[in-house]
Amino acid sequence: MTNMRTYEEEVRDFNWGISEKELGYKPGADINIAAYCSDRVCAMGKGNKLALIWEGHAGEVKRFTFNDMRLLTNSFAQYLVNLGLKPGERVCLFMDKVPELYFGFQAILKMGGIAQPLFSAFGSESLITRLADAGTAAVITQKKHVAKVRVLLNDVPTLRRIIIVDDDGLKPLREKEVALHMEKEPRLESFPIYPSKAETPSVLHYTSGTTGKPKGAQHVHYSLISQYISAKYVLDLKEDDVYWCTADPGWVTGTSYGIIGPWANGVTQCVLDAGFKAESWYRFIEAHKVTVWYSAPTAIRSLMKEGDEIVKKFDLSCLRHLCSVGEPLNAEAVLWSKKVFGLMFHDTFWQTETGSMMVTNYPTMKIKPGSMGKPFPGVTATVVDLKTHEPITKAGIVGLIAIKEGYFWFVGRDDDVINTAGHLVGPFEIESALLEHEAVAESAVVGKPDPVNMEVVKAFIALKPGFQASKMLELDIMNFIRKKLSPLAMPQEIEFVPGLPKTRSGKIMRRVLRAQEWGEEIGDTSTLEND
Amino acid sequence: MAELKDAILDYVKKEYLEEDDDREISYDTPLISGGIVDSFSMVSLKRFLETKYSIQIPDAKATPEAFDSVNNILKMLEEFNVR
Repeated sequence: MTNMRTYEEEVRDFNWGISEKELGYKPGADINIAAYCSDRVCAMGKGNKLALIWEGHAGEVKRFTFNDMRLLTNSFAQYLVNLGLKPGERVCLFMDKVPELYFGFQAILKMGGIAQPLFSAFGSESLITRLADAGTAAVITQKKHVAKVRVLLNDVPTLRRIIIVDDDGLKPLREKEVALHMEKEPRLESFPIYPSKAETPSVLHYTSGTTGKPKGAQHVHYSLISQYISAKYVLDLKEDDVYWCTADPGWVTGTSYGIIGPWANGVTQCVLDAGFKAESWYRFIEAHKVTVWYSAPTAIRSLMKEGDEIVKKFDLSCLRHLCSVGEPLNAEAVLWSKKVFGLMFHDTFWQTETGSMMVTNYPTMKIKPGSMGKPFPGVTATVVDLKTHEPITKAGIVGLIAIKEGYFWFVGRDDDVINTAGHLVGPFEIESALLEHEAVAESAVVGKPDPVNMEVVKAFIALKPGFQASKMLELDIMNFIRKKLSPLAMPQEIEFVPGLPKTRSGKIMRRVLRAQEWGEEIGDTSTLEND
Repeated sequence: MAELKDAILDYVKKEYLEEDDDREISYDTPLISGGIVDSFSMVSLKRFLETKYSIQIPDAKATPEAFDSVNNILKMLEEFNVR
């Protein structure tokens, strides 16, 4: 028995008021996401139910009930208030997937702040861009990442506090730094939760575009309504489920469906704070009896690469529903999961900007492998002409998204944004950073096809006079970008070139290089400088 | 052998730990599953080994398991007669 009836029945009867009613929300009333994640669940008599099963890379396991989560987020929120942080201020979470990340997120919302989670592998330059743009007031981080925050104090004048959650007292704290030991703080039975309204800002994520710096997508507390109901319908979360979302809360999936949606549904979540290893993942599913698993195509393809035999070493019969997000899920991966797990991954499509699922596959709808599915009930989706923005009504036109028998299919994208392992990377940000390397005169960055990550970053680089192309220089540039921006932005391949294709007005034509990588037609080159 | 071991360990410490990260890393410390080197950064570690020891590591051999500790890396390098 699934939470959804047939797709057609849900589409026919759906309105967002259904979700509001289930959550006990009335338009105009207070709505605070964090209160719905723990206080409300406790008030429903589920305080002793497990909210979080956390496992670290060394195998240590911590368990927190919904009541633990309520008390710890109360204490954490009070701590932030005592530091002088105010409602409406942006507070960055810059941590690995430790419990403090999940509870700190809710604490920020409880005191009326705006949570700004950032991927902990980001380098200092990526941090500066996003913190300076947001005017961030405080950063919550770990000892191992604090060096990357210390170097940006001059660039982010709004930053008043750096909160370190695992300080061991061995080294003195520096300017603006304070230590918080969440689990040692007195557990507060009550905290005056900020009376946020539907349109009060809640979460700020950054997403990359073709041009310029990454842009902030700020969500509001009312996003709960769609995150709750989509988690219930699409992830099919139920009372006895143990749910594992593999996404990092530095990205939108990790907050919308790794914190808000499942906990608002009162469901037990598992978190594995460790790097990817097929054997560790399967063991984690078996050990914690995961029933619903939300992952990403790159992870699924990485598991495929490790083969079928390893799966047989584990009892994964606990799994009952699988979903995927981040990039198009290829048909082979869907069919492989059916073969080895006896279950197909359900692809879901949505964006940082939407904050919740838009076009997805459902437990009660037949999957067409390779398709992203159909619009979520209550969402109207259509394909529009790129130039006129008018809906396309004629059949048989080849574009970037196709619709066939109501199912949506990803065909391709026409911009320069690189989707690597489900994360969007903007070429401009990498090209700007490359120019800061002493050997680089100019560069162009494009996505290159990759069987596991869909795309990886490739850089074409023209060197300054006096520098010679070499393997060592290539490695040096790779590491330079990895540390400055992030491992995702690091070019996995560098091609040294004498010059780059440009328009007569001097603009680098990335599409020529991209076409070369993808083996596509280059298209109109009439504006090429050296034609 | 000891020299090779230390060269790799030193490189990992220098390149993949932040300035204030005082975690102790030994030859057996899990690098990939321990979150010190992620799957993207593994490409740069592979490139380092290839450049320093003039070898080509095929993608099929560059698995998270093979890179999961300095000792695992040494075992893999032996296949390329790097000792």
